[in-house]
Amino acid sequence: MLPGTPFHARTRVLCQSQNWRRWAGRIVAGSYELTHDWEYFAIRNRAAVIDVSPLFKYDVQGPDAEAFLNRVVTRNVAQCAPRQVMYTPWCDERGKVVDDGTLSHLAPNSYRLTAAEPNLRWLVDNAAGFDVEIGERTQSVAAMAVQGPRARAVLQRATDADLDSLKFYHLTLATIAGIPVTISRTGYTGDLGYEVWVEAQHAVAVWDAVMAGGTDFGITPAGMLALDVARIEAGLLLIDVDYISAQKALIERQFSSPFELGLGWAVKFDKGDFVGRDALVAEKERGPRWRFRGLELEWDDLETVYGEVGLPPQLPGRAWRTSAPVYRDGQQVGYATSGCWSPILKKYIALAHIRADHAAVGTRVGMEVTVEHQRREAGARVVLPRFFDPERKRSCP
Amino acid sequence: MTPASRYDAIVIGGGHNGLVNAAYLARAGKKVLVLERRHLVGGAAVTEEIYPGFKYSVCSYVVSLLRPEIVRELDLARHGLEILPLESTFTPGRNGHSLVRWADHDRTREELYRHSPRDAEAYDDFGRLMYHLALAVKPLLSTIPPDPTSLRPRELRSLLKLGRHARDLGADKFHALYKLMTMSAADFLDEWFETELLKATMSASGIIGTFLGPRSPGTAYVLLHHYMGELDGTFRAWGFARGGTGGVSEAIANAARGHGAEIRTNAPVARVVVERDRATGVVLANGDEFHGRVVVSALDPRRTFLSLIDRDRLPAEFVRDIERFRMRGSSGKVNLALSHLPDFTCRPGLGPHLRGAISISPSVRYLERAYDDAKYGNFSRRPYLDMVVPSLIDPGMAPPGKHVMSIFVQYAPYDLTGGWNDAKREEFGDNVIETLAEYAPNIRDVILHRQVLTPWDLEQDFGLTEGNIFHGELTLQQLFFLRPAPPWGAYQTPVRNLYQCGSGTHPGGGITGAPGRLAALRILADLGGRGGR
Repeated sequence: MLPGTPFHARTRVLCQSQNWRRWAGRIVAGSYELTHDWEYFAIRNRAAVIDVSPLFKYDVQGPDAEAFLNRVVTRNVAQCAPRQVMYTPWCDERGKVVDDGTLSHLAPNSYRLTAAEPNLRWLVDNAAGFDVEIGERTQSVAAMAVQGPRARAVLQRATDADLDSLKFYHLTLATIAGIPVTISRTGYTGDLGYEVWVEAQHAVAVWDAVMAGGTDFGITPAGMLALDVARIEAGLLLIDVDYISAQKALIERQFSSPFELGLGWAVKFDKGDFVGRDALVAEKERGPRWRFRGLELEWDDLETVYGEVGLPPQLPGRAWRTSAPVYRDGQQVGYATSGCWSPILKKYIALAHIRADHAAVGTRVGMEVTVEHQRREAGARVVLPRFFDPERKRSCP
Repeated sequence: MTPASRYDAIVIGGGHNGLVNAAYLARAGKKVLVLERRHLVGGAAVTEEIYPGFKYSVCSYVVSLLRPEIVRELDLARHGLEILPLESTFTPGRNGHSLVRWADHDRTREELYRHSPRDAEAYDDFGRLMYHLALAVKPLLSTIPPDPTSLRPRELRSLLKLGRHARDLGADKFHALYKLMTMSAADFLDEWFETELLKATMSASGIIGTFLGPRSPGTAYVLLHHYMGELDGTFRAWGFARGGTGGVSEAIANAARGHGAEIRTNAPVARVVVERDRATGVVLANGDEFHGRVVVSALDPRRTFLSLIDRDRLPAEFVRDIERFRMRGSSGKVNLALSHLPDFTCRPGLGPHLRGAISISPSVRYLERAYDDAKYGNFSRRPYLDMVVPSLIDPGMAPPGKHVMSIFVQYAPYDLTGGWNDAKREEFGDNVIETLAEYAPNIRDVILHRQVLTPWDLEQDFGLTEGNIFHGELTLQQLFFLRPAPPWGAYQTPVRNLYQCGSGTHPGGGITGAPGRLAALRILADLGGRGGR
């Protein structure tokens, strides 16, 4: 059997549905209850605890840590102050995205990079000539995300750190139940939230303390199904679903550049040379061929295509991850890679790759929907892929 | 001569390639006769009940790269072919160490990670590179080799097509392919990995059937073959045939018969009849004579040209090339009937690790030492063993609760110092059991029956010259248009109407069926008539 995470002793008991899913070679709960709705609304309404331990984690330390990371990732690491966190993609020499994750500046000359896929080899290969040490911490560090409007209150009960002063995309060193932890003001839900990083052997004690502190606020363990809906609403990319790593792509059309993934803002040319820079400069001049966009499906259209077979619109309660063609005037202009019914926005939404010349916000396109085994098209509006973006996400009272 | 003994094609040898060839010719409406020396068809792909109740895949023990187009075109599934998955590779080591590569990616990664985090990642990258290279090289398996020195349009077209595949690879992958063609398996793997159990087991696939060590240049290329099997992964081209390897031959024979081919067993061919410069038929050992418009030999090139045809019918230069064609048998086989399963010290008890291949290849140095023994005329004191327990995959292979085990043993030189005899054979068998017992000590106590085949036995019983399992080593100088000897690399021979279709022709050995099929396509094109696509 595949191993569980360091929280498995707890999640095993809580997972009534026995709905386990695989994530990076670990098993994690798909949903704890038989349906994931309660867990989704914990993320948006109360506070949810999500086991994100399978994330790959690499510690980068040494006098050249900043210079090395600046060479690998596309953002400017020099601007990442100690105790600050940056979201960043990184690319191969051809400017195609290898992976994306968060870079935490833990202390001077000490960083931690998270990744969705194994990247140790990529980092080590690129570290030649730099005075850095790269440590794999994937298994030795556990991580739990505490996400939702009440996340601050929940976590404040469990820790001595002053969370009111912890700004968005910053971190603090703290203790929970007497155990040293790192708390970062980050998450993958687009909501107010934190991620707690702890040495694996203390994971269960920290879980217990956070859960105890959260009882009064309706704290709920949430699984991958709820998280998947939340991250689509927030417009956050998922590797292998919304894009394919340059390390895995087999044919040209499977590669994506940061510009094509809506990550142009994270590419900093003013910081000196980095892997993929030349290719990215050229692409920026040329303009990307694809844009990463959101689609909002037209309710009336859904009613029409379902109405024709005598049904009301059948909405995807769970996020889907199959590819759906996107058309404009009978021509395919793109494809949606994930989508769901957003319970909070009351909209059917999807994330899509649209050819640049059809990607202007407001463009009307059609997305394929299968209605009773027949391919139909439902109208959709092209939007920026940030469907849900509440003020509290960045808030710092 | 009665009309009944006149055929469009006579195929000498009922091994799997001979049968495939016959099936394709019959499918195109030709009147075909297959002549097999033994009492059953299959050649080296046979299942035999040597010990009552226990079925041995006597020689060949896994199906490698059986071409999907053959399965499709001959409808082999309908004719009884079932390929069962052989999903894992277990390498027991010393001191409790072991490595299993599982069917599941995450699980394999977990295993490798324990040995080396870097290797765990490199393994994926390596797999992707091999996937790309296999994609580029694989078309060769289904192509009649063009002669690069020829300017005929047919040859040029074929070369151009292959050139495009190489160009599509891109520069970096082309460089890797070049390395793969020239380096040793061990050196190539050293560039990628540090885990000995992994490198040794992978490099072993580069030495199977050759008289070379893992550090001999040219062995890296065969690594690709493994990944070509993966390309056909969903088709299950790689695996274990239900009913043993003979199951493959039976299915092909059924297909051939279904198309009207006649198959005679206990019918050893003594010689090919050559009148002036063309083959017209064959004479059996008992004097029976059959006439054919074409004669196709599925035997290895040495047997075909040096024992079935009078030397003065062949160009002297060609005879010399065939004499120099490297056969050099390097392996033996031990088949066991077991009362209980082997119990490995490093992973005790029954487990899924026993269901796949089990490889005794603890280090590259171990393999190279095994080769050293053979270089100087001895069988390896501690040989490389590639084992499967077919009864775990197909319970029909042994009585309930009992098992059969197939052990491929390398190295065993054909030219053993002092020569092979009964005593040496037993010594060889004992040595294999002793080697295995170092990892699974219970093996000594659970053996009900043992069959030992030396290269000498493979030659005597199965007609494999010098005991070479591939009808000639799969080394680069003996592949493609050079197999078996230029310019006769496209199934034709210096004798008109005489063709070859065995593993000694492109693309070589293993249960692929490709030589048989490609030869049939060439013959049909030459004969004219339908089906020659």
